[in-house]
Amino acid sequence: MISSLSTFVAANAEIVITVVKIILLLFIVLTVNAYLTWFERKVVAHMQSRWGPHRVGPHGLLQPLADGVKFLFKEDPTPAGADKFVYYLAPLLALALALTSIALIPFGPDPIRLFGHDIYLGIAPPDINIGILALFAITAMGVYGVALAGWSSNSKYPLLGGLRSSAQMISYELALTMSVVGVLLMAGSFNLKRIIEAQAGPGLFGWHGIFGWNIWPQLLGFFCFFVAAVAETNRVPFDLPEAESELVAGFHTEYASFKFAMFFIAEYTSMITVSCLCSIMFFGGWLSPFPASWTLTHYLPSAILIPFGVWVIFDGMRYETVFGRIILPGVGTAIAGLGTIFVLLPNVNQFIQGPFWLLSKILVFLFVYVWMRGTLPRFRYDQLMAFGWKLLLPLSIVNVIATSFVILARMTWGPK
Amino acid sequence: MTAPIVVFFVLAALAVIGAVSLILQKHPIHSALSLIVVMVALAGLYLLLGAEFVAAVQIIVYGGAIMVLFVFVIMLLNAGVEEHISVSKMAGAPGLLLVVALAGVVAATIAQSSESVQIVPQTGEISSTLGISNMIFREFVYPFELTSFLILVAVLGATVLAQREKS
Repeated sequence: MISSLSTFVAANAEIVITVVKIILLLFIVLTVNAYLTWFERKVVAHMQSRWGPHRVGPHGLLQPLADGVKFLFKEDPTPAGADKFVYYLAPLLALALALTSIALIPFGPDPIRLFGHDIYLGIAPPDINIGILALFAITAMGVYGVALAGWSSNSKYPLLGGLRSSAQMISYELALTMSVVGVLLMAGSFNLKRIIEAQAGPGLFGWHGIFGWNIWPQLLGFFCFFVAAVAETNRVPFDLPEAESELVAGFHTEYASFKFAMFFIAEYTSMITVSCLCSIMFFGGWLSPFPASWTLTHYLPSAILIPFGVWVIFDGMRYETVFGRIILPGVGTAIAGLGTIFVLLPNVNQFIQGPFWLLSKILVFLFVYVWMRGTLPRFRYDQLMAFGWKLLLPLSIVNVIATSFVILARMTWGPK
Repeated sequence: MTAPIVVFFVLAALAVIGAVSLILQKHPIHSALSLIVVMVALAGLYLLLGAEFVAAVQIIVYGGAIMVLFVFVIMLLNAGVEEHISVSKMAGAPGLLLVVALAGVVAATIAQSSESVQIVPQTGEISSTLGISNMIFREFVYPFELTSFLILVAVLGATVLAQREKS
């Protein structure tokens, strides 16, 4: 039995590795999603001078777990007259498409060599020729989850929410796609890895590091991209599909229990994807903001992880519960230990530089998402449409034209 | 059977089932969903042939933009279940004849080709993004630009028609 299993694994190593990666990424993404809700509630609460969740576990850290259990055990009614097949299909579609798009994101430049196989971080190999196009293809399909959910519920508020969101997503998809054309022109490729490598510099003033990133020449493109992407993910200030003061909860009004959770997870997963894309397209992906000659900055991950781990240990001590006394110090020790490993093993430290910077950038964008939610009021529907069609789309087209002229001028007159 | 052949048959079966279900479904939304299945299966077939760019554009344009508009319009008009009326015999007879003729042509073509049917991935110049853009913007730039002009005229026409009704 064991020998036949090992021969099977050896013969289909690629498939086995991919399946393991899928399971791992699924686990990580779902956990991050759960704690993203905690993060969002905490941050918004502190912006509004509240405490946020703090009853379940230290700092409310077990709140996502409680919420998950709650979702599983709630009653799950199907509205009368609903189109059963489509009603069940919609949340499945939303979640599946959101998770698929994460699979295309490369999380690091170098493969790990394990058991004689090069294993890249991220499910797809990092150099897919149509990387960004494939991502847009998946985003383009994402509308169906929302639209079909609204329609199949056989209820008026979900229908209105579904209609609104389809119109919104169609309108902003144009600006979203146009706004990255500038980046694609500069990189000369749809390949996400090439797009990142093209940002290594020399950029502004001929400096490397942060000045090579696309954000400087493509500031306008970034503005259009980020606004359109927030609109595509239906987040504040573009959360009209689920404007609770007007539409109860919009397209997912009639969904309860785990089907609602699926929409919820899909929304947060798209937030992560958009943050990944922002970092990759405009902020240098896994590139460090410092020039390569600043070797001291390679210890930055450890310099953050070790103090954070120590703080978690001491913070956990203050609680007289199992979670506080045992698990939190355990997690803290693991984090601090990881930081120590990075200091002691230069190879490992070199390897985690890329993923470290990419993850930091993703975190910053996730914070910006929450920040906007705590700050901005919702658009009115006509304002939303006017903004998308009359400002964002023309701006992104101007960006494309300007970028192509600059590239053309450089090719004609610039240094060869 | 090798893996690409298996994938081909799965995608082909999906496309055919989707197309048949498109006709047989009673509700417009179900028909539209079937059509989406067909579009995505076709994109998969393009991918299998090595035409990555065409596959992605197939999903973005047909699977995404156009079918979303279909679904949107069906939802907006709140179209209900269609009644199936009995097929008129006048239409049925030529229809059957056409089906037989089409199947005959396809069968004859397959029978004529000496080699067995194979999947030949195009990895050369033509199918890559670079190759396609070279074709569109160098070789066929005038037909391409004329087509876009035609589409622009159609868009303007649609806008004018919609505006007239309003005022």
